[in-house]
Amino acid sequence: MTAYFQIDGVPIPFESGQTIMDAALAAGQYIPHLCHNPEFRPHGSCRVCTVRADGRFVAACTFPASEGAKVECASDELRELRNGLLQMLFVEGNHVCPGCEKSGACQLQAVAYYCEMLAPELPHFFPRRHVDASHPDLAIDYGRCILCELCVRASREVDGKSIFAIGGRGIKAHLLVDSPSGKLGDTDMSVHDKAAHVCPVGAILIKHRGYDRPIGQRLYDQRPVSVVGDVIQAEETRDD
Amino acid sequence: MNHDLETAEHPETLKRVVIEPLTRVEGHGKVTLLLDEDEHIQQARLHIVEFRGFEKFIQGRPYWEVPVLVQRLCGICPVSHHLAAAKAVDALVGVRQLPPTAEKIRRLIHFGQTLQSHAVHFFHLSSPDLLFGFEDEVSHRNIVGVIADHPDIALKGVKLRKFGQEVIRVVSGKRVHGTLAVPGGVNKALSREDRDYLLRQTDEVLAWSRDAVDLVKRLYVANSAFHDRFGRIDSHWLSLVDSDGNLEIYDGSLRTRDDSGCMIFDQAPCDDYAEFIREGIKPWTYMKFPFLITLGREDGWYRVGPLARVNNCDQIATPLAEAQRREFLAQDAAGHPIRAPLAYHWARMIELLHCAEAIVGLLRDPDILGGELQLRGEPRQEGIGVIEAPRGTLFHHYRIDEQGLIEKANLIVSTTNNNQAMNESIRAVAREFLDGHELTEGLLNHIEVAIRAYDPCLSCATHAVGKMPLSLELLDCNGRLLNRLERNSRGSCELA
Repeated sequence: MTAYFQIDGVPIPFESGQTIMDAALAAGQYIPHLCHNPEFRPHGSCRVCTVRADGRFVAACTFPASEGAKVECASDELRELRNGLLQMLFVEGNHVCPGCEKSGACQLQAVAYYCEMLAPELPHFFPRRHVDASHPDLAIDYGRCILCELCVRASREVDGKSIFAIGGRGIKAHLLVDSPSGKLGDTDMSVHDKAAHVCPVGAILIKHRGYDRPIGQRLYDQRPVSVVGDVIQAEETRDD
Repeated sequence: MNHDLETAEHPETLKRVVIEPLTRVEGHGKVTLLLDEDEHIQQARLHIVEFRGFEKFIQGRPYWEVPVLVQRLCGICPVSHHLAAAKAVDALVGVRQLPPTAEKIRRLIHFGQTLQSHAVHFFHLSSPDLLFGFEDEVSHRNIVGVIADHPDIALKGVKLRKFGQEVIRVVSGKRVHGTLAVPGGVNKALSREDRDYLLRQTDEVLAWSRDAVDLVKRLYVANSAFHDRFGRIDSHWLSLVDSDGNLEIYDGSLRTRDDSGCMIFDQAPCDDYAEFIREGIKPWTYMKFPFLITLGREDGWYRVGPLARVNNCDQIATPLAEAQRREFLAQDAAGHPIRAPLAYHWARMIELLHCAEAIVGLLRDPDILGGELQLRGEPRQEGIGVIEAPRGTLFHHYRIDEQGLIEKANLIVSTTNNNQAMNESIRAVAREFLDGHELTEGLLNHIEVAIRAYDPCLSCATHAVGKMPLSLELLDCNGRLLNRLERNSRGSCELA
């Protein structure tokens, strides 16, 4: 017999071992998220998927579904919390959407639209972070990294290279590249690696080809992230 | 000329009148006038008081981002910056000649851009001066007054601009700050539906454009002696022309003439612009002063923009605009270039008509519906893109490192090219119309009318960082100079 829990009153079937996020996505119920991807082990770092399960704040991507649980996702309280997290992500890095080639196909931007964040309202940090373009085919704009660790997990779990890691703590946390120089050009990363295509924002870029999708045809131009899904799925179906 | 009005000998003894902000121009600027006790003008300067600095902050960014980044210089002519940067980026990826579809799509959006910019400048910003007079009541001397008194004229202006904006939207996805150019090409061709949508409007657009030329001609000729004289200066002229000498706004080579129309140089490759043009700086403004190197800093300044283009070219490739060009130039019996700043308005509307004709031609060209969109060649580390923006010749010059990041950028923006000319024109106006008079709002508007004629975009025009010479003066309570610290153009400071 199928077990169920509820998200905002909607019954969601689940199998033993599934998280709230796994079951919700399988049932077509969108929960906003950035660091989650079903291909990789759940991470629970961005907290954008925070829900209330039987009254407790939990990350939907790491918390197991349980029979009869009552999960709140779309309450005003959670919207506000999510909006606050997104606000902090936007000002902590240098997310200049008007000039970014990922605009229109950026998961951070799409989730922010979905969560009705209209503009950054907190003071910007304007951190001085450089662009590493040492690799012939790839570039990293550290100013846009949201520390989701998708590239870390993809490189380790799929590519078997462990090129990326996160160093530092708190506000000093940052993406590291495992090479003597710390430069991507000194690694064996390939443009065909999974890690080159999982970035939900404009931090890891394929060089020489920005803005090639016309406005109107970009990933999130016509439909919201709740319908389209994650950047990684679209990246893998790109015909070029 | 009135160069002596640039710097007064004893400014501390003079009365200061400031026109700030300048109205009905793009961006923020001010004019300062220094007058003696008898209301005689001793100094007149146009200052640009905002600072942008794009040349600096795009350093370290990937080259393929630049056309989209730098279009944020401006909300009126972003397409011009987008395309000038794109042409430089084409050079960086080794593409000299775009595929026909890509070039025609770029030309289409550029004609749309120029049409809308010219329309907004003439109808929204400048027509009130010409329709109502320079000293009309200030509450009436604006676009709202035009709508009230001449709704037919205002409506045509609004609709012309709207059409230009629609061309931009259809091609780049947004009316302002879309995306189109990619290295070596464009990201899309036009769909049949979009092409037909634009074509359906072109009969009206052509008719409105002809009316616009007729209107400005009628207004100018109605008082031509005054309009010819107002702020008139002698200058050299610089613009692009194509290989046949035709007016050209997307590509071509550089041509300059002197004030009597004699060629100074012609068909100069844009890539060699730095051999012909240098920029001077002055401590009282953020905007630089370009000049022709061969003629020197004092005498080598020139004018750009619609009047320069119409004066400079041998012909315009579209028939209606060419007929208007001939009639326009016939004003000067000796065949010299037309020098009056207010003739910029007339030349601008001739170009608007040319844009409308050229848009029709491109929309009827099957190449815009599809074909090869992008090419790649042998990468280079330096790229130069030159284009005729609505306000004049626009230079974008980038150098990248071996990884593809911008190392150095130099932008000579259209309005910057007209810096000296605008200053000379306001001095001419100040000397003729303001000197010795008690200043009124209407008289001060004469100064703004002269500036407006050039259609300056002040926000576009200021980008250098760290090179601006500065003078710091320490005065005692009686205004006596105690000490002066000066920073020169190389950035080093010395006590004077």
